[in-house]
Amino acid sequence: MSEIARDLLHEAASEIMARAAIEIPRDYRDGIRGMLGQEQHELSRFVLEAMLENWEAAEADRRAMCADTGVPRFYVKAGNEARPEGGFVALEEAVRAATAEATRSVPLRPNRVHPLWRTDHDNNVGINAPEIEYSFEPDADWIELTTVHKGGLFGTDYRMLFPADGMDGIKRFFLDTLVQFGRRGLACQPAIVGIGLGGSKDTSMTLGKQAACLRPVGEPNPDPGIAKLEAELKELGNNIGMGPMGFVGSSMVIDCHVEVGYTHTGGMPMSVHCFCLSSRRATARVHAGGEVEYRSDPRWFTPYMRRETVGWPTRLARTA
Amino acid sequence: MAHAPRTHRLSTPVSPGALAELAIGDIVYLDGVIYTGREGLYRRMVDEGMVPPVDLRALSNVNFHCSPAASVAEDGSLNLGAVTATASFRFSRFMERFFELSGAKVIVGKGGMSEADYRDLFVPNGAVYLTTVGYGTGALLGRGVTRVQAAHWLEDLGIAQAVWVLEVSRFGPLLVESDLAGNSLFERENRATAEAVERAYAGLKPPSLSRYGETVSRGDEVL
Repeated sequence: MSEIARDLLHEAASEIMARAAIEIPRDYRDGIRGMLGQEQHELSRFVLEAMLENWEAAEADRRAMCADTGVPRFYVKAGNEARPEGGFVALEEAVRAATAEATRSVPLRPNRVHPLWRTDHDNNVGINAPEIEYSFEPDADWIELTTVHKGGLFGTDYRMLFPADGMDGIKRFFLDTLVQFGRRGLACQPAIVGIGLGGSKDTSMTLGKQAACLRPVGEPNPDPGIAKLEAELKELGNNIGMGPMGFVGSSMVIDCHVEVGYTHTGGMPMSVHCFCLSSRRATARVHAGGEVEYRSDPRWFTPYMRRETVGWPTRLARTA
Repeated sequence: MAHAPRTHRLSTPVSPGALAELAIGDIVYLDGVIYTGREGLYRRMVDEGMVPPVDLRALSNVNFHCSPAASVAEDGSLNLGAVTATASFRFSRFMERFFELSGAKVIVGKGGMSEADYRDLFVPNGAVYLTTVGYGTGALLGRGVTRVQAAHWLEDLGIAQAVWVLEVSRFGPLLVESDLAGNSLFERENRATAEAVERAYAGLKPPSLSRYGETVSRGDEVL
């Protein structure tokens, strides 16, 4: 079994750091073009047109699309057969080095500071920064690195709902979050709105964030019931008469993604996350043979991620 | 509904006559010199009585609530990429004294400030507020910066909070959020969307558990 070279992982991490900051994902840009086709209000149209022009300028100049370059973080999906050279400690070191280097070379804004002392390394690296989350994939020998540069201040909220609150409770909290952060455009909408339902409080937050940041515009949840809820919420969000910057309009939710986790029988925790007009994500699949493929769809939520029962059939068991 | 928006090109220092021409919703592009300043600058000037290393009053009357995406090379040269505003409502408490000390007449930022701030702080000082667009037209605004004159207090305050002095050309687009009379574009739009927001909630029962400290009126803003 061949190892995945440390330098190759470092190089891939550096490349996706730059791509995420500069290149708006195609699914998101196409989604905004679609919204512009529907939007009737002049001020809201003006904002969407300015954003389309901005993304062209960013790619032409190789300049970050937004100067609030967010708080860079990484998602690592490791094939069950993958072996990074130097182990996962070396991979984490490569990811941290790439973050510091890209902060200087792109350049990114050094956003990360100590929460109490406001100490600033000017490189977006520090205690628990960048965050690195892991998932695994059966029958694979590659490692996928995804970086997300999500803005950090507005557009996210959490609430403990209860089963009796039902769909009304979900819809109300969804509206609460959109309205409170939508006025004046604090959430930098239209946004991909990610919703985490269930799990514990932290699981609900994690799933909602991943739903917003790691699924492309136009891809519904494979569960038809959840896909129906996603469509309903998107429709609801685009009919509150509010658009970009809180101006009168209809462009609020470019897409809505819901992810679920089994939860306490008495509760229904819910989180809402808005991934903004600079929906920065980029992925590299690094193969053991040395090839690297780049893309903007992280493909994070695989059937394995959403498995519902104890086991997962291995390749041997399936072919037996 | 207001008049059709006009497009203005304003040169710094922006004259009182030019400011008087601005109506909310108008589009603005800036030419000349602007400087960034947010809580780092405000705390030093307003709370600690420190004097900036450059005479802001002589430099420009345009203050930009901004942290650029920038880096400093080993030889000390400044590399500025994208430029985007940060949310302004947090700086309300500094503005009265800052207007006095700086002579600023144009604040450029994100999201505007409250109507009360315009009435009590901006109107008496003959100042207007221009909002960036999107948000996140960082690449377009970055293109509008033709030269970085200096980054003051860079060592002490860091890249994000330093006072960046920027020469700009066709810097924009920006929208007039508040005019010399203290009218607010955002407040006008808030009022216009209020009814539809209420309609969206119709028939949805409130959750069984309330939360302390939250506003119960959807007419309230969270800032």
